Amino acid sequence: MAKSTKNVKSFWGTIVLVIILSVVIQFLINGGTLNPFYVNTLYSIGINIILAASLHLIIGITGQFSIGHAGFLAVGAYASAIVTMKLALPFPVAIIAAGLAAAVAGLIIGIPTLRLRGDYLAIATLGFGEIVRIAFLNIDYVGGASGMTVSHLITWPILITCVLITIIVIVNFTNSTHGRACLAIRENEIAADAMGINTTFYKVMAFAIGAFFAGVAGALHAHNFYIIQPVNFGFLKSFDILIFVVLGGLGSMSGSVIAAILLTIISTFLSSYPEVRMVIYSLVLIVMMLFRPQGLMGTKEITAFFKAGRSAKGGMQNDKHTVA
Amino acid sequence: MLKIKDINVYYGNIHALKGVSLDIQAGEIVTLIGANGAGKSTLLKTISGLLKPKSGEILFEGEHLAGKVPQTIVKRGISQVPEGRRVFANMSVEENLELGAYLRKDKSGIQEDFQKVYQLFPRLHERLKQQSGTLSGGEQQMLAMGRALMARPRLLLLDEPSMGLAPLLVKTIFRIIEEINQTGTTILLVEQNANMALSIADRAYVIETGKIVASGTAEELGESDQIRNAYLGGH
Repeated sequence: MAKSTKNVKSFWGTIVLVIILSVVIQFLINGGTLNPFYVNTLYSIGINIILAASLHLIIGITGQFSIGHAGFLAVGAYASAIVTMKLALPFPVAIIAAGLAAAVAGLIIGIPTLRLRGDYLAIATLGFGEIVRIAFLNIDYVGGASGMTVSHLITWPILITCVLITIIVIVNFTNSTHGRACLAIRENEIAADAMGINTTFYKVMAFAIGAFFAGVAGALHAHNFYIIQPVNFGFLKSFDILIFVVLGGLGSMSGSVIAAILLTIISTFLSSYPEVRMVIYSLVLIVMMLFRPQGLMGTKEITAFFKAGRSAKGGMQNDKHTVA
Repeated sequence: MLKIKDINVYYGNIHALKGVSLDIQAGEIVTLIGANGAGKSTLLKTISGLLKPKSGEILFEGEHLAGKVPQTIVKRGISQVPEGRRVFANMSVEENLELGAYLRKDKSGIQEDFQKVYQLFPRLHERLKQQSGTLSGGEQQMLAMGRALMARPRLLLLDEPSMGLAPLLVKTIFRIIEEINQTGTTILLVEQNANMALSIADRAYVIETGKIVASGTAEELGESDQIRNAYLGGH
């Protein structure tokens, strides 16, 4: 693909930077410089990044407007809670189990609904999210309305590993042949079909991968908040995730991540002023959509800026075609 | 090369193709002309697998294709330039062409075909990095054709390539269609602009409300009164 090696380099460069930064953060946590409030905010940011990235794959890359993402989050949260609390297995096992459970849910919901387009798909996924919530509400094994208590097992290394794996997998997927097929579906489904792309297969695949990571986020969420209740996974939660993706710029991974970080910080600091919190939060969104309807990043990636900086210094254009 | 026998296609309750049969020999340009809603695009979509016929046979080089999924059909060597061009608007010209070769694995062959497409459409080569949604209508048509050729089809299906283009551009597009044909690609051309279509075609079929009402060599049909009626709306 026309993706130059430079872009890939700056992507890995960013990843290395994040790793160094997270080691520093680990030292700060150990040293007690960061108080628990900030640590908790960091955990929320990490979880939200995973959620934003996973929904970005479904909406931003494949163009399937899904607004039931909290459903996958719930499946992951409950699956992991069952694994650690009822089966007493280690946390990493729970994370993987949560991802797999959510991916299976993604397949079950994806295969029938991905024939639908646009608004219809949105409504179907919204319905799915609600069904999941109400199902958990009525299963006594997981505590019904009062929910389940979960141990606080989340740690910074586990969180940052999950975040990095999510981002690396999704970015690599996007840059692969499969990712190109998904982009083609987003651009024009009929033309993609006519090019010989198996559109249903790729839509379901993107859905399942997105669901997997939402499930992982669910596991982290459950083991961060001490308690999970169906009420935490309503459609408002789905909209929160959707907002990260739209605000960041549909189709931009870095945009989704940046939006997830910014909005988590804004909403955390506004939680001291509960009466104006939603007003300010909504105002930010309205102003944003008025002045920058394409989102923070448009469809650009943050690595594009590094690249622009370098070509300005006389970088060479790579004109060779390489088809993956 | 392509043999269609008595196919019936429905959109829900609407009987869109009523027992259509059609024959294309290797190396030909065959055109299908008819008014709006006659079933031209329906027939093309059925051949390329975007629609499934209720009954009837589609044989491509002896192999049954009716009801197969599009990706199988593209693999067998049939590619379609959809009506209204449908380029991937937010992707560059180059990326659009790469997607045309989506199912191919032979890298050197793909390189060759890139060069062939650039020769046919020098304009595309000038605009490789340009976002294809910002191309003019004519350029987008060229891109859609180039993209279809990247699959290295033996049969190319063209759906209304002249739609919405200036007369001068229409001429260019038709000249290029002839050139593509001369390199050995068989062409099925669906057109409303019957005069232009008949001027480059070997044979033609006239379709009217889902039925083939006339067929023959392009010269024969060009002189017939019936054709004038058919492509002006039909009675």
